[in-house]
Amino acid sequence: MVDDVFDEVGLKAENLHASYGAVEVLRGLDFEVAAKGVSVILGANGAGKTTTLRAICNMCTTTGTVTLGDEDITRTGTAEIVRKGVAHVPQGRGTFPELSTMDNLMVGAYTRKDNEVKDDLDRWFEIFPRLSERRDQLAGSLSGGEQQMLAVARALMCRPRLLLLDEPSLGLAPLIIEDLFERFTTLNKETGLTMLVVEQNANLALDMADYGYVIESGEITLSGTADELKNDPAVQEAYLGA
Amino acid sequence: MTWNFDILPDFIFNGLSLGAIYGTVALALVLIFKATTLINFATGELAMLGAFLVYVLHMEQGLWLWLSMALAMVLSAGLGVLIERSLTRPFDPEDHLPVVLITLGLFLIINAVAGDIWNYQVRILSNPFGKFPSWVPSVGGDRFVEVFGSRLKYQSIGIWVTLAVALFALGLILNKTKAGLAFRAVSSNVESARLVGVHTGRTLGFGWAIASAFGTLGAVLVAPQLGGVNPNMMATILIYALAGAALGGLDSLGGAVLGGILVGLIQAVLVTWGGVVVFGQLYMSILQLAAAFLIILIVLLFRPSGLFGTRRVERV
Repeated sequence: MVDDVFDEVGLKAENLHASYGAVEVLRGLDFEVAAKGVSVILGANGAGKTTTLRAICNMCTTTGTVTLGDEDITRTGTAEIVRKGVAHVPQGRGTFPELSTMDNLMVGAYTRKDNEVKDDLDRWFEIFPRLSERRDQLAGSLSGGEQQMLAVARALMCRPRLLLLDEPSLGLAPLIIEDLFERFTTLNKETGLTMLVVEQNANLALDMADYGYVIESGEITLSGTADELKNDPAVQEAYLGA
Repeated sequence: MTWNFDILPDFIFNGLSLGAIYGTVALALVLIFKATTLINFATGELAMLGAFLVYVLHMEQGLWLWLSMALAMVLSAGLGVLIERSLTRPFDPEDHLPVVLITLGLFLIINAVAGDIWNYQVRILSNPFGKFPSWVPSVGGDRFVEVFGSRLKYQSIGIWVTLAVALFALGLILNKTKAGLAFRAVSSNVESARLVGVHTGRTLGFGWAIASAFGTLGAVLVAPQLGGVNPNMMATILIYALAGAALGGLDSLGGAVLGGILVGLIQAVLVTWGGVVVFGQLYMSILQLAAAFLIILIVLLFRPSGLFGTRRVERV
């Protein structure tokens, strides 16, 4: 699908606590994202999935350790973490509605100083032709699916080493979700880009992932390979509708 | 009293030139509002300080007027950066009250400091567009040309050209530079901007810098109309600019300019006819100010997003 433009790196969180004001949302998470792998965090609304990704990017008050490769990034500022290669597609896509599709992608490359930005732009336009058609349109006027593609393409524009996806399926039609997850899988298979996905849609997420965690009330209650989780009775009952 | 339409071009010219100045100051307000959703109440006083910088550099130190203006704009931009860094950045951007109070405090402090240094007398500041330059062929007089039987002042033309150039420069900065792109991104979605690696604090500082420079430009242009500079010169101008910004839409740069111009025209109508028709000469300035507040009130009641602002649609 694409030339391999990404370096890969793993992520490790140890005893990760996070809070908003006095409310503690994460209560000591330990998890790992293998380099080149896809890990998934499953959980219900309010379990702390979004906060986990925000904690990695230092967007809330945290204690514990987050290590990217062999570098401690726990106290690194959000903007610097992006420069170290972590791209975060936030919940609800987080596009810039008043900016054109093109400008959204160009902001994605904000941290880059090399001269291959144009090449990458062409590359993602080729893979997401809908974005190419709408390159001069304001992002706010795109459909939900197109916005999600834009958010992912924007994240890829910074040539990340680790891609964080916060409930990419949220609010999208089933067919579009399937298409999107297929693209994620291809992206990972062909480029080896490391991904951490948080999802409620356990079926799709586990199909794509190598390894998974289940999070409840800010604690990891279960972990295992994707196959192990798929066959786990508790997971089946709670998340797979079996 | 009579409806004298012979003076129609006169008041249109006056309205358009005053309006252009309101538009300039409204731009300063909107630049900061877009990025932070805050009204910077110190906008006017920062602009006044900029005008006094021109006064010091040009009238006291004898520097060339245009160089003094450029220097004053750069210095105000620096001051804007400094204020953003030291007084607003330490506060939670989600919590508006502290920062609004700070800008109100700045308003009072800057005004008092300026009053202490320069006292409250009006001091004459050269008009950048007082007389036509000598290379312009004389048509009517050295300060105006005759258009439709009315006098179009050189000052008005100068203000329009200056604003047009400044707007063009602003457009280039915002649309063609990386810092401008970052500023638009922060204005659109702060959190996402942070997630693509934009240093949001520095970017807001950049917004403060441009806004302060624009404010200074507005103050220098308006000074000749007020007879010169004085520490209270921007108080009413700020209110007209606020009315213009509200009318145009607080998050629309183009709207700010058009809103400012509309307010200028409305004011010109009131000066020309309204004062005579309704209250008589004496109450005219009060009527103008009341009109500005009335515009703000009507816009907020019936169309809070203004003529060109983004209508907020909550999506789940």
